[in-house]
Amino acid sequence: MKRLLITKTPKVYVGGAFIRSESGRVFAMKDADGNFFANIPQCTRKDLRNAVEAAAKAGPSWAKRTPYNRGQIIYRLAEMIEARSLELAEAITLGSTKKSLVTAARNEVAASVDRLVYYAGWADKLEQVLGNVNPVAAPYFNFTMTEPMGIVGLIASQEASLLGLISLIAPAIVAGNTVVASASELNPYPAVVLGEMLATSDLPGGVVNLLTGFHRELVPTFATHAHLRAVIAEATADERKTLALGAAETVKRIHTFKAEDNINWYSDSFESVYRIQDTLEYKTVWHPIGA
Amino acid sequence: MSAPLAPKALKRLFDKIGTVDAVGIEERVLKYGTRSIKTDSKLWGLRCAVSMVDLTTLEGKDTPGKVASLCQKAIEPHEFSDTPKVAAVCVYPSMVKHARKYLGVSPVKIASVATAFPSGQAPLKTRLAEVRYAVAQGADEVDMVINRGAFLSGEYALVQDEIAAVVQACGKSALKVILEVSELETYDSIRAASCLAMQVIREGDFIKTSTGKTGLNATLGNNQVMLEAIRDHYLATGVAIGMKPAGGIRSAKQSLQFLTAVKETLGDRWLTNKRYRFGASSLLNDLVRQIEKQRTGAYQAPYAFSEAAESY
Amino acid sequence: MPTPKAKKQKNMRSSGRTAPELIFGNLWNFDPAPETADPKVKATYDLFIDGKWTQAKSKKRFDSINPANEKKIAEIALAGPLDVNLAYLAAGRAQKSWARTPGKERAKYLYRIARLLQDRAREFAVAETLDGGKPIKESRDFDIPMAAAHFFYHAGWADKLQYVAAGKTLEPLGVVGQVIPWNFPLLMLAWKLAPALATGNCVVIKPAETTSITALKFAEILQDAGLPPGVVNIVTGAGETGSAVIAHSLAAKVAFTGSTEVGKKIMRSLAGTDKKMTLELGGKAANIIFEDASLDQAVEGIVNGIFFNQGHVCCAGSRLLVQESVAELVISKLRTRIRMLKVGDPMDKNTDIGAINSLSQLTKIKRLVASGIKEGAKLYQPECVLPKQGYYFRPTLFTGVTQSHRVAREEIFGPVLSVLTFRTVDEAIEKANNTVYGLSAGVWTDKGARILKMAAELKAGVVWANTFNKFDPSSPFGGYKESGFGREGGRQGLLDYANLV
Repeated sequence: MKRLLITKTPKVYVGGAFIRSESGRVFAMKDADGNFFANIPQCTRKDLRNAVEAAAKAGPSWAKRTPYNRGQIIYRLAEMIEARSLELAEAITLGSTKKSLVTAARNEVAASVDRLVYYAGWADKLEQVLGNVNPVAAPYFNFTMTEPMGIVGLIASQEASLLGLISLIAPAIVAGNTVVASASELNPYPAVVLGEMLATSDLPGGVVNLLTGFHRELVPTFATHAHLRAVIAEATADERKTLALGAAETVKRIHTFKAEDNINWYSDSFESVYRIQDTLEYKTVWHPIGA
Repeated sequence: MSAPLAPKALKRLFDKIGTVDAVGIEERVLKYGTRSIKTDSKLWGLRCAVSMVDLTTLEGKDTPGKVASLCQKAIEPHEFSDTPKVAAVCVYPSMVKHARKYLGVSPVKIASVATAFPSGQAPLKTRLAEVRYAVAQGADEVDMVINRGAFLSGEYALVQDEIAAVVQACGKSALKVILEVSELETYDSIRAASCLAMQVIREGDFIKTSTGKTGLNATLGNNQVMLEAIRDHYLATGVAIGMKPAGGIRSAKQSLQFLTAVKETLGDRWLTNKRYRFGASSLLNDLVRQIEKQRTGAYQAPYAFSEAAESY
Repeated sequence: MPTPKAKKQKNMRSSGRTAPELIFGNLWNFDPAPETADPKVKATYDLFIDGKWTQAKSKKRFDSINPANEKKIAEIALAGPLDVNLAYLAAGRAQKSWARTPGKERAKYLYRIARLLQDRAREFAVAETLDGGKPIKESRDFDIPMAAAHFFYHAGWADKLQYVAAGKTLEPLGVVGQVIPWNFPLLMLAWKLAPALATGNCVVIKPAETTSITALKFAEILQDAGLPPGVVNIVTGAGETGSAVIAHSLAAKVAFTGSTEVGKKIMRSLAGTDKKMTLELGGKAANIIFEDASLDQAVEGIVNGIFFNQGHVCCAGSRLLVQESVAELVISKLRTRIRMLKVGDPMDKNTDIGAINSLSQLTKIKRLVASGIKEGAKLYQPECVLPKQGYYFRPTLFTGVTQSHRVAREEIFGPVLSVLTFRTVDEAIEKANNTVYGLSAGVWTDKGARILKMAAELKAGVVWANTFNKFDPSSPFGGYKESGFGREGGRQGLLDYANLV
């Protein structure tokens, strides 16, 4: 008799723990052949709120780590993913509603690993590229440096379920932000598996918080949650407007990619120090020069 | 600040009296330069400045004759107007008796430098003897120099004890303590030295910036540091110490900026020659010249004024 | 060693004499020193569109009032939506060739503008003071020279845009709509125009309705400089004109400096569009004084921080946080220093605090000060005689303020300082960051390591350590949180006026 497999109950990774939605709701995920695969947590605004709390708790110590250390931790995450790349590629194909080619999924994982390595390397360099000393016309030492904004909301690509997500997470956390990310609702399963890899990396709990669920339910809360200082999103026109309107209430920073543009997440434009800059504030400090 | 203050380390001294931010104080004093002093207020300021001048000659080539003309200028800065007399003449000890003779009953005081001016590099005994000599010769005021070597090597108690000894030697004569700011170099040290001195001198005594014998003398910056030290000392103890910037103040305009600093830091009670002096020589003629300009409305030629150095 | 002074102190106590006090009386009062240069202000101004003076299609005009004496200075055309549209069309026509103009040539226009402004600096300073009420000393020594410096600084960038962002070069956004405030009228215009023009954008700019005159005079400089028509268009008016500037479909980007309230309105109004935005909004800066600071310089910094430009400064150090051990001393020094401030005719060269910019601003300040009194804070104002005509307010110190007082939370935008105390470094940081704003902060301490810690912990776009209210064209300025986003000045300021390609 064929052994019955133990199926995994998908949970999302929030605050360093695996949780189900506070609402108790799930949505069924089917594989490419239309067969039931798993029940995915249908996270709500309350889960988002809790995730923001977790991100807030993790933020100060993450931001205070040395850039070298953050770089190493993100590199370690790349190692974790590389080592389990087959599993993640399978997660992409398994959860995809489209008949994805296995090679395409493997390419996506490979690109995601490379993207992490790319951003890991920026940790202890970005300040040298983005910041500078300003030659003011008075006896002052004046410099501009960057600081993480704080808690950044991410609304990931619907299509590129892994690469789209990693491409938003990596530049945000490398500089010391903590993130709350809403995964692809079309294919949330890679985010679930990614959570398991995050848990075994050295990344402190709460730095990356992943939610699964419906964007239409979560976007309004991403828009208005005052503690989220920035939102980076792949978004439809309606979602962009919702985000912009909500952002106005607390002067939140919004950077969006148009979902309708069919974004190529493999593009070089997603490997740039300016993607990191989107989640940074510039701070300028003055001090007199005198004895 | 009641106990004598002579800690071993400058750090502990600063803990008590606070530090000075160099850039900040220089920005503060720039604002004095932007005060626009016109018409009557200008005339008042110029006359006030004249009354505060310690008309000075401190040269190896000084003679009784030079002192005589200095005294004449001091009593009557301008022969054609009612310009006030200066506060004092300032000379070397050997010239005091000549000054006494020429000044007669005039209220112009005689100040004598002493204590091995300008270096102070003589045994304390010698320095004190010089003070006593100057007082005996008739000096109303004694301008001493502090022991900068001791200060810079951290012997603050020694610096203070020596000043106290000079106070004793002065008797009834007033004392002006020259810090020689250019050798102290930093505003922090100037403030510290001011405080050390003020702890052992008396109401009516002065602290003074410099000898005029080094590269850098009175500036609005070090003047301000010392005025603020005087203010803090006064508010803490009720003892009003006077201030004398010396050297480098040559124009009337500069002197008005110094007076503005006094007005805005110490207030009306220091706008008197009992509490503020200018150690200067060429300043007097520029003040007189500007007073004449105010009186007549016409710009004046420098050589029209007695004792002018300008001949072109 | 008993000192004479120690003895004296004993006597003083036993005789019950009052504490020594400094007298700042009338012994030497400064005579009025009015600036008399001719501001060369015309009686009426039209709109500056497409390089020409253009009558407003709205047919309406409004008065510009001198806040120092409530007298009318000039009549200014009110731009309606049709006028704003014409301005945008002109900018749109000019855009392509301006963007294609080599950086070296664009630079020359900006250099010319800087020079022409320097030539006429005194005239502009007088006009600025006349129109806005700020002391002539400040418009002469700060606003105008700094405005010229901004054009100078940015001129040099125009042909070096490939060095702004590593790995990228900058391309213009297109037409930019800009709305600027009344507190630094010409300087804010320079902050906005210089980077926009250096990066090859064309501009429609609206000055604040109470302070349009120097912007309109600046149009004369643009003409003298031979700037191509349409590159800069100046439309005047109040909120409705501003809304039209913000809303116009040709605007690729809008830049706004003003209140957080209006900034949020702008964000809402632009939701659903692809317009880029930079907002420089309100603030409630903490100015933190540690016990080891050089206190007299700190006091000077506090005074600069809150009384500069009548406190009409978004980055004003309006919350003073003093370490408890020196609070009494600092407040007493502060009171003494405030008594030295001359409040009155802005045109007098000795005036330190001029006129409040408008009646409505004066009313707002009075309302907030009344709330401070009502909530139990202790008020101190020096005795000084205010002019009978015009909008004036005494420099004001509130002590005994807590974090929850309105005067500690709301931006007053006037010469009103709230004093709070703290005990430890952490408490100072918490209190400083306990605000929705994050534009600037000040810290005063003699300890270097503490300065760097504070600089890192304070959530603000500008941190002044052992100084306050310092500005420079090369130094980026802008806020965290609800103080807005984007930077103005420096290398980073250019990024907000360009696409990185």
